[in-house]
Amino acid sequence: MENSHFEAAVRRREGTAIIELKGDVNAFAEETLNAAYAEATQTGPSAILLNFHNVAYINSTGIALIVGLLAQARKSQRRMFACDLSDHYREIFQITRLADFMDIFSDEASALAGAAAPAAAEN
Amino acid sequence: MTRFLDQIRRLVRPAEPTAAEAPTIRNQAEPPVVDIAPNDPIVALFQSADGPVDVQQLGIDSPAARALKEAGVRLAVPLRSQGELIGLLNLGPRLSEQDYLLDDLKLLENLAAQVAPAVRVAQLVREQQAEAQERERMEQELQVARLIQQTLLPKNLPELPGWKIGAFYQPAQAVGGDFYDFIAFPDGYLGIVVGDVSDKGVPAALVMATTRSILRAAADRLDSPGQVLQRVNDLLHPDIPPNMFVTCLYAVLDTMSGHLYFANAGHNLPYLRTEGGVREIRATGMPLGLMPGMVYEEQRVVLEHGESVLFHSDGLVEAHNSRREMFGFPKLMGLVGSHPGGAGLIDHLLAELSSFAGPEHEQEDDITLVTLQRSSASHSKRALPEPDSVTVGNDGARVLADFEVASEPGNERAAMERVAEAVQGLAIAPSRLERLKTAVAEATMNAIEHGNKNQADLPVTIQLLASDRELAIRVTDHGGGKPIPEPEAPDLESKLDGAQTPRGWGLFLIKNMVDDMRVTSDETHHTIELVFKLEGAGDGE
Repeated sequence: MENSHFEAAVRRREGTAIIELKGDVNAFAEETLNAAYAEATQTGPSAILLNFHNVAYINSTGIALIVGLLAQARKSQRRMFACDLSDHYREIFQITRLADFMDIFSDEASALAGAAAPAAAEN
Repeated sequence: MTRFLDQIRRLVRPAEPTAAEAPTIRNQAEPPVVDIAPNDPIVALFQSADGPVDVQQLGIDSPAARALKEAGVRLAVPLRSQGELIGLLNLGPRLSEQDYLLDDLKLLENLAAQVAPAVRVAQLVREQQAEAQERERMEQELQVARLIQQTLLPKNLPELPGWKIGAFYQPAQAVGGDFYDFIAFPDGYLGIVVGDVSDKGVPAALVMATTRSILRAAADRLDSPGQVLQRVNDLLHPDIPPNMFVTCLYAVLDTMSGHLYFANAGHNLPYLRTEGGVREIRATGMPLGLMPGMVYEEQRVVLEHGESVLFHSDGLVEAHNSRREMFGFPKLMGLVGSHPGGAGLIDHLLAELSSFAGPEHEQEDDITLVTLQRSSASHSKRALPEPDSVTVGNDGARVLADFEVASEPGNERAAMERVAEAVQGLAIAPSRLERLKTAVAEATMNAIEHGNKNQADLPVTIQLLASDRELAIRVTDHGGGKPIPEPEAPDLESKLDGAQTPRGWGLFLIKNMVDDMRVTSDETHHTIELVFKLEGAGDGE
């Protein structure tokens, strides 16, 4: 679909790489998202934070993409967090049990604080 | 000439034994054979001899004469039938050791005149027996060839939901040059081949087998019927005997949409029967094997429900009756138009051929008929489950929306937004609206990707029905036949370990978003019905 836009920017805060997602997380996001993940891991961060602040739509293909990133992170023993999910998508992360494997924070600040702490879920 | 030699060989006997030797010699197994070469001068001599020939007196330079002398032959009496030398009656010396008398010679001449026709008859009987054996052997070989050829033709007709397919094949001889084939492809596509080699019998059957193999291989690699024929032509051309060629029509049917894509290498034009009448469907192209580098036009028609196509080879239209009138295209076209179509059309056409050609009719050419019919309206979009038949009771359900989206990735988002707009007046809590939107998006995406296989021209139909108690959203695709699997909770651990694909969340998500989810399928459609209660029940807020 032509009007489906997705962007991903990578920022770093201490040992955490933040991937800021913007747009719809669906099949069209795959390339950009994977490239962002590759960029994020270049510096060998101990944790990756997915910031969903500017995401209004995630479909099942998008869920699959996130599962794929989480699988990669776990393989290289990096923690992965998510923040700024809408209530609806936080629920979907719970239904899909993604929330069992990645801590979900309400905003970036608490996520970064959480990243500094040993694995503990905010929710 | 071989036959002549054979006869001579059988008839040349060594000298009769003397009386004293007779008892033992008669028991000898087989007398030596004297070969007479066809160009031996003795042949001309016997041919023209006027009665018995004294072999010992022969002065000609002839290997056969020497051999006869060595074998002790004294007299050779030519046996002639209708002026043709058919054998020799050979005699050794007389038992009295005297020369043969004139009376003996006359007797032998008379005897030869009597014997020759009988010998000729015996020879003919032997020849016929040998020919009969040879014929039987060839017939057995042809029978084997016929069986082999039958294995190259489809053993079963494809069974496709919403379609009826019929086929008839009758070679004029034991084996034929006609062929037809069905090639099943994934995702509800079917390849249909009808071909005719420009000859009959064994040569045609051999070319038919080759063409079929090349075509199958090409169809496996290429999608476009035009490209497939182009490839077959280029591969066949170097190997096909001169003056032979193959006419062939290759079509690919999309059983879901009814689209029939086809290209034609000089084969008879198929007839398309619609409500509006019968018409030929045309695509141009040269027969296969004539010239390399040919290009084949590709055309497309759509078979609506109830419409049918007849593919046919020459054997039917070129059949003659006893007055040498031809069955002809106009008659065939008329028959196709007056029959409802489908496999029954084949029986109808054969019955018409039989009454046209008469009981004495000997089939001149191979006949191949293939019919393809799309089932009539019961599976059409208009026949989707009626609102009162599924969930929303007959209590004044309203249709809030009824629209289609093309099967292109991403269009589920548009469907989701339209449904969200349509339910604006229903005072659905925001969290439930989000769930509804996700369910609609996922059901639409499932229909686009799995039902319609991302074929843009296949629509996904979305109907939104509301009663006082509940909201039903029906998402329908063209993926009938194969049921939608039961949604299962995905195994996230396996996905994270890489043991499973990360995908496969759609149906699971839908089921968790809705109060009820029902799947119905017929032969051509799937419908996922999403049900939301409107009285607050099940609202997790």
